[in-house]
Amino acid sequence: MEDLNFQHQVRARAGGTRQRAIVGVVASGNLEVLVERSLPDAECVVDIKTAAMGFGAVWSAVIGDFVERYSPGGLKFSINDGGARPDTVSLRLAQAVRLIAEAGQ
Amino acid sequence: MTAPLKDISPAERARSTSFYEASARTRLELLLDAGSFVEFIGPEQREASPHLKIFDLPEQFDDGIIVGHGRLDGSPVFVAAQEGRFMGGAFGEVHGAKLTGLLRAARQIGSIPVLILFDTGGVRLQEANAGELAIAEIMRALMEARSAGVKVIGLIGGRSGCYGGGGLIAGCCSALAVSEPGRIAVSGPEVIETNRGVEEFDSRDRALVWRTMGGKHRRLIGAADVFADDNVQDFREAALELLGLVGPFGLDRLRAEQRRLADRLRSFGGCGDAVDIWTAEGIAHAEAVPELPADQFIALANRIGRTSRDAR
Amino acid sequence: MTSWQNNRAARDARIAAGAGLARGKVVEAHDVTRLLEAVVRSGDRVCLEGDNQKQADLLSRALLAVDLSKVNDLHMVQSGVVLPEHLDLFDRGVAKRLDYAYSGPQSARIARMLFGGKIELGAVHTYLELFARYFIDLTPHVALIAAVSADREGNLYTGPNTEDTPTVVEATAFKDGVVIAQVNEIVDTVPRVDIPADRVHFIVKADKPFFVEPLFTRDPAAITEGQILTAMLAIKGVYAPYGVQRLNHGIGFSTAAIELLLPTFGERLGLKGTIASHFALNPHPALIPAIESGWVRQIHSFGSEVGMDDYIRARSDVYFTGSDGSLRSNRAFCQTAGLYACDMFIGSTLQIDLQGNSSTVTTSRIAGFGGAPNMGADARGRRHPSEPWLKAGAEADPDGSALMRRGRKLVVQIGETFGDKNVPLFVEKLDAIELAEKLKLDLAPVMIYGDDVTHIITEEGVANLLLCRTAQEREQAIRGVAGYTDVGRRRDHGMVSRLRERGVIRRPEDLGINPLDADRSLLAARSIKDLVRWSGGLYAPPSKFRNW
Repeated sequence: MEDLNFQHQVRARAGGTRQRAIVGVVASGNLEVLVERSLPDAECVVDIKTAAMGFGAVWSAVIGDFVERYSPGGLKFSINDGGARPDTVSLRLAQAVRLIAEAGQ
Repeated sequence: MTAPLKDISPAERARSTSFYEASARTRLELLLDAGSFVEFIGPEQREASPHLKIFDLPEQFDDGIIVGHGRLDGSPVFVAAQEGRFMGGAFGEVHGAKLTGLLRAARQIGSIPVLILFDTGGVRLQEANAGELAIAEIMRALMEARSAGVKVIGLIGGRSGCYGGGGLIAGCCSALAVSEPGRIAVSGPEVIETNRGVEEFDSRDRALVWRTMGGKHRRLIGAADVFADDNVQDFREAALELLGLVGPFGLDRLRAEQRRLADRLRSFGGCGDAVDIWTAEGIAHAEAVPELPADQFIALANRIGRTSRDAR
Repeated sequence: MTSWQNNRAARDARIAAGAGLARGKVVEAHDVTRLLEAVVRSGDRVCLEGDNQKQADLLSRALLAVDLSKVNDLHMVQSGVVLPEHLDLFDRGVAKRLDYAYSGPQSARIARMLFGGKIELGAVHTYLELFARYFIDLTPHVALIAAVSADREGNLYTGPNTEDTPTVVEATAFKDGVVIAQVNEIVDTVPRVDIPADRVHFIVKADKPFFVEPLFTRDPAAITEGQILTAMLAIKGVYAPYGVQRLNHGIGFSTAAIELLLPTFGERLGLKGTIASHFALNPHPALIPAIESGWVRQIHSFGSEVGMDDYIRARSDVYFTGSDGSLRSNRAFCQTAGLYACDMFIGSTLQIDLQGNSSTVTTSRIAGFGGAPNMGADARGRRHPSEPWLKAGAEADPDGSALMRRGRKLVVQIGETFGDKNVPLFVEKLDAIELAEKLKLDLAPVMIYGDDVTHIITEEGVANLLLCRTAQEREQAIRGVAGYTDVGRRRDHGMVSRLRERGVIRRPEDLGINPLDADRSLLAARSIKDLVRWSGGLYAPPSKFRNW
């Protein structure tokens, strides 16, 4: 297992009112993303525990593009990864943002 | 254009969602009344397995089982749903403790039924001792809850089936609903083949696996009480039907179940294949049973009517 | 006096040598090795029929058992090296030299044996190329073929998997070779005559039916959201704008996803009748929903697929069928159809380099080419116009004279940027080149050459290489859809965004597609069981695909 952590300053706070959401499952080639609205508005943190070693640079690029595109301010993302491909990671992150942007708790 | 799901009713969505394919969370969301689910020990509490990291394996925040409460047609229910894709839905220490705790809470309250959405290969190999103990604790907690008047309904139709300790727990439930892809057994196909040889059971012959352990056979021999089509709405309706049917639990009922099982063994113990059992049941063209669509199969199963509601 | 009929005399001598073991043409299964020892000569060119589906497995086992002092150093000329026995022949020394086209399940072992010098390699061919050489310089002395049934005269019924048999028999029987067929049964009258008796010299009844593998069945349950997204991009970004009606699909999950999106996503786009109506294609079960929804007018097939027999029989408006009602396939004709009469090939690969060259060869696997290079190549001999062909030609050469400008076949590579085990699809240098260097081959085994490729589709977008004007643009267009692979991350961001402005690269949002909509609920069938339902119970999937 490898632990990775990325912290970004972001332009704007993420939309919606839900406090947390979870998408995905931990399985081969899949991952779960737990997102919590627990940070100051201009911050975004992504914590990753991954089964695939040595992909730090790819994760950095994926997370960088994601933060640039969605401006997920105030959100903390916690990821358990079963060795998902980058496109799957991007998709789950986008799904997590969509879910927490819904109305609700 | 491609996002029509928001415009349809929850029942329509539940009807169009395959139970087999859905995640444990989606199953619960669509099974219960819309928006009614409240989770105990949710993923944000990060009560993951303490053992998996020793094996350098990834954890899941809910350890592969979701427990909580919600409403079914307005009435409160406790629910547990296993995620069959995480480690095959297998029971570990935390996973098992969550289900034990839910059943104990149900026993204390006494009047709120429990729905268990099984999806498990059995005990997690990496935490086998804790997992085996969990199975025993769950079985005890389940029987104590039933003794206290709680109805415990098992719903089986996930990818991992209901195997090993899961099969034992399912056997303790007040009633079971199963769909065609659902499988119920203790030893899985590979285990049987490994121990008894490929002549006894060819685990790669999937038609054989399903006609031996699959939902249709389990319904026909009375191991499951209701057959659901593979969608979440059908499982919801099956759960409601079973909650209405399950009678009181006591020693008489256990004796009746024992008689039913002894009778079943007498009737079919000599059969070499499920098709022989179906033929003995008087089903014409028994070999065509696996191909029957759900509605025709349900009509057939109701005609056979082997479940006895005074047992279990 | 010079004799001009030496070969015929030699053939007659071989038949006479085998005749003692036969009653008429029929040889008992336990005598087959002795028959082969009598008929085959050391150093012969032998075609051991190994197709995509149909395998002459009894004959391969019998050949493997020959006395090496009688038969050795054979030159195998066969399209498929598929069974373990096919390679055991080389390990044992029965065979020495190999010319082939496809080695799917044996790709790792064949690579090891080539490196170990166990096999003297002629060349890895495309199907059509090897078939062509059967008639020029690789004509078999002996053909060992497989059929479903034979009558006592030797008329053969091949069943739905006719595949290579007519081509192999044509080349062998009409050039003084010997044809030996294994059949599942000997009958009074065959359902239809696929091979006339006068081309068949010996028949053997096999103890069990020949081995057939369901190679073209993709379980919809295994299709991912990423594959659905790339399929949506393909339909909206390539099929629709070119109006592609005549085409061939590869066998990957991405093309299976396209097949399953036609009746849903394609229907909503109003494309029915304007795309995907005429196919050169095996009977893919995944195409059943599109057929049932009225999308598909006609399909000609290379071979058949396990479990599709009853469905094909009941849908003869769509498939080619014989007088008996069952499918008639023919690999040589279907390959020709794919080369000349299709406007598009779309398929996946294992590696794509910066010029767009692609290969399924990796340093540890030599899978061969099969038919992809014939499908995935611009046919320089083509003369008939069609809208997609002319449009592609115009995009490649906008300033050329319309009357003198060649059209272009659409050759589309589709895939996810990372494949199995996170192996990147895009590479700076193909493993095929490294392999060619190591084995001292004259040619690197390239499946589809970059100058034939017109589009590359990944989950990141569609790259239209026809619109690239320089090698540098081409490289950046490829990098621009290569996602987070090393190749993708080394893109020139400025150039990539200029290519996007020109429509050379089109992202999902440029095509009005939201990646979050790429959901499995879009698939017309989400399981094999759904396919059975769509077929009205006519499709009978093999047991390995069942969960009921």
